[in-house]
Amino acid sequence: MSYLGQSVRRIEDWPLLTGRARFVADVSFPGQLYMRVVRSPVASGRIIGVDTADVKKMVGVVSVWSAADVAHIPPIDFRMTVVPGLEPYRQPILATGFVRYVGEPVAVVFADDPYLAEDAADGVFIDIDELDPDLDPTNPGRFHPDLTAEAAIVLKEYGDLEQAFARASEVVELRLSVGRHSGVPMETRGSVATWDVDSATLRMYGAAKVPHYNRKALASMLGLDEDHIHLHEGHVGGGFGVRGELYPEDVLVCAATMKFERPLKWIEDRREHLIATNHSRDQVHRIRAAVGADGFVLGIDDEFWQDQGGYVRTHAVTVSDLTAALLAGPYVVPAFRSTGHVVLTNKTPAGTYRAPGRYEGSFVRERLFDAIAARMEIDPVELRRVNLIGPDQMPFERGVDALGTSVVYDSGRYADALDTAIAELDYSRLRDEIAGRRARGELVGLGVALFVEKSGLGPNDEVRVTIGRAGNVEVVTGAASLGQGMETVVAQVCADYLGADLAAIRVIHGQTDLIGQGMGAFASRVTVMTGSATARASADLKVKVLAVAGDLLEADPADLDLTGGLISVKDSPGSSRLTLAEVAEALTSGSEMAGRHGPQLEATSIFTTTHMTYPYGVHAAVVEIDPETYECRVVRYLVVYDVGRAINPMLIDGQIVGAAAQGIGGALLEEFVYDDHGQPLATSFMDYLMPTVSEMPEVTAIITEMAPSPLNPLGVKGAGEGGINAAGAAIAAAVDDALGIPGAVTALPITPDRMRELLAGRSQAGPTLIGFGLIGSVGRSG
Amino acid sequence: MSQVDVRLSVNGELHAIRVEPRLTLADALRDRCGLTGTHLGCEHGVCGACTVLVDGLPVRSCLMFAVQCNDVPIATVEGLSDGVSLHPLQQAFWDHHGLQCGFCTPGFLMLAVGALAENPDPTDDELRQILSSNLCRCTGYQNIVTAVKAAAEQMRGGTAPGAPSIS
Repeated sequence: MSYLGQSVRRIEDWPLLTGRARFVADVSFPGQLYMRVVRSPVASGRIIGVDTADVKKMVGVVSVWSAADVAHIPPIDFRMTVVPGLEPYRQPILATGFVRYVGEPVAVVFADDPYLAEDAADGVFIDIDELDPDLDPTNPGRFHPDLTAEAAIVLKEYGDLEQAFARASEVVELRLSVGRHSGVPMETRGSVATWDVDSATLRMYGAAKVPHYNRKALASMLGLDEDHIHLHEGHVGGGFGVRGELYPEDVLVCAATMKFERPLKWIEDRREHLIATNHSRDQVHRIRAAVGADGFVLGIDDEFWQDQGGYVRTHAVTVSDLTAALLAGPYVVPAFRSTGHVVLTNKTPAGTYRAPGRYEGSFVRERLFDAIAARMEIDPVELRRVNLIGPDQMPFERGVDALGTSVVYDSGRYADALDTAIAELDYSRLRDEIAGRRARGELVGLGVALFVEKSGLGPNDEVRVTIGRAGNVEVVTGAASLGQGMETVVAQVCADYLGADLAAIRVIHGQTDLIGQGMGAFASRVTVMTGSATARASADLKVKVLAVAGDLLEADPADLDLTGGLISVKDSPGSSRLTLAEVAEALTSGSEMAGRHGPQLEATSIFTTTHMTYPYGVHAAVVEIDPETYECRVVRYLVVYDVGRAINPMLIDGQIVGAAAQGIGGALLEEFVYDDHGQPLATSFMDYLMPTVSEMPEVTAIITEMAPSPLNPLGVKGAGEGGINAAGAAIAAAVDDALGIPGAVTALPITPDRMRELLAGRSQAGPTLIGFGLIGSVGRSG
Repeated sequence: MSQVDVRLSVNGELHAIRVEPRLTLADALRDRCGLTGTHLGCEHGVCGACTVLVDGLPVRSCLMFAVQCNDVPIATVEGLSDGVSLHPLQQAFWDHHGLQCGFCTPGFLMLAVGALAENPDPTDDELRQILSSNLCRCTGYQNIVTAVKAAAEQMRGGTAPGAPSIS
């Protein structure tokens, strides 16, 4: 029986269910010191001094550091998507000369007890000469007196845009924005580090996402040989893009354990998390489309401003790069330009969050298509059909690059995905029903949005599969787990390609001392990359197992079969069988078999790719608006998602539903609001509102396998981000529909106060008002 | 700061500890009793990851002090399973994929244990009301609701709907 395609229960759940898991806060060492960070209370200012004298006298306080104490450690470098000229915008591990956002680490206190460390941190006085903050990315200020706050411009373009606009029968132009929100995993960040003096080895626990990269970065920053640093990933309480990147606190913990020669522990609290861990989204777009008379979009010209916050962190310009590169989505769009301004402001620095650049881009693109449909009085779904890339055009060269790889949609049946959604919704009947309810005065609406995701970022992944003496199978990978179920998926692939029993397989990840390289877990890459490497290593190992077994059974390996961990002669039910343990045992050191086949049943494989895979799908939402409380309730939600091939449908369903919840949060609830002084107003879960079960509709996830990827042996595409991608777009369209105002929604999240304004506009203008064309779009003919 | 003697009775086991009066119950359980299954997600009483039972009722252990729990029975996630078989709620969370990262899971389990003890047969609305006490960032809650319903039915003596799983 094949494990692929089966909804097997997760192999990683037992410790998580029984309270035996080891999250970073659960890791402790005897004699450990606790670090507490003293953070900037103001958004922008010049540091006059940091007064630590009183605090240093407190019993139990070991030391207090400010910038001067770590001046020898360079700022945190970029992990990906680097463009020239970004270096001056990197974040120092402690604020140096200036503070650039509320929450920026200015000093750190080290004490014997966590409560004492917090008391002591309260006593550190930071003298700051406050400056006016820059808070508007569309009006860049200065990063330093002699350096602009516009750190980079990202440009992606193809085709003849001038001609497209010259030929257009309609031009539609919008100004749209997506609010500042982020991953906000339930576990806050943390780092625990130890320094072994004898072996001069640093170990850091609490690593996540990209342990191997972070080892390299830490080695370089701390002046250590890479072999003398090891990172250890324990259980990780969610990632979503923000967790596991290298942050100032991680470096400080490592530097301090080396300095004090004591284990060092830092656990972030929730307030810190909301002001110090990467924010995301927060873009303003001005987008223009040239449209032919039949609704075919001839060209799109987009300009956007990314509010990067106080510094450029590890992701460099990843979010803007992806926004621009994937903005055109599933549509042909023969001419295209997107210009992104990456602008520093005095807010928390921003990075990636699940479907980075696509949640924003899909909102903007699908708003644009809704506006075109309204302008041309075409059904929004039909307008999309006119513009979709057809299956005969695959593979489709988009004409731009993303994350350093050229964007080539590997496979896709976009119209079929749309048809699947339309059939599931019973679209015509549903539209009629909703129109009837609206006629009776209800504020109810339907929105549909399409998207293309990307997944499986290379360049490579390495996997080693070993069979132990007891017949147990160990898969070691440099990938990481953030709770997505990768252990189970990797084990399913291994079980199938090796012929082992799933229960015999253990998957080890995120340990830099067990495998030399690893890319980690991001960009929905693990099933594609690690899965493919696992398939190959497992298949190679099967050949080796059968070779040894052939010798033992005096049979031709080609006549042997390996299933469920048992080797038997094909088509001979009564013949003798071997277990994996017996084959492994035959390779005992010094044995004749070991001489012939080597001492160990082990295979290593590296899977390499130069292109990403592009899953795609459809979101649809039905919303109801309460005209008295201004609450917008999502009452039905549908995601159709083509992942090429589903290894474990239950886990994919979980990814989609969970991501949809985050998408709904970003569309209606979640926002990091700042006041005019740059003070963050969402610093607790009372202010930063995430969906509870009460805000969640029943989400239907339809997982399809219409277009397997030709780029990997499994045919898979990543499943992590499709569930969030077009949520803002679909909900915005549904709210428009409910209000009867096409184009009403121009900004996310649609919080009750914004809904109040929209409803006020509706009662003033009447239901026939066309809201689109907010920056004076002019229709023209000929 | 002066210290106070406290006797914490956790999962039937007595822990005699000496604590600062300001030590939260959550920190006492985690750092002084070695029971790290109780997680801290916000430390201001919203997320519910730290939910434990105090005298049978679900409470936020981040909002209680250890000294308030002297000689009061406390139950944490570590006490749900005997290490061989799972509690019906744990089993249902496993069967129905009611967890992803698992950080919020102990809080949801203890919330459900306490709530079902009080009302073994909640309506769907009542159940959603109860579960809206806690935050989960991974699952979108759908499978948590399914799992708790299945477990509730089994705990009432009925048969839980079949799990969608093969192993």
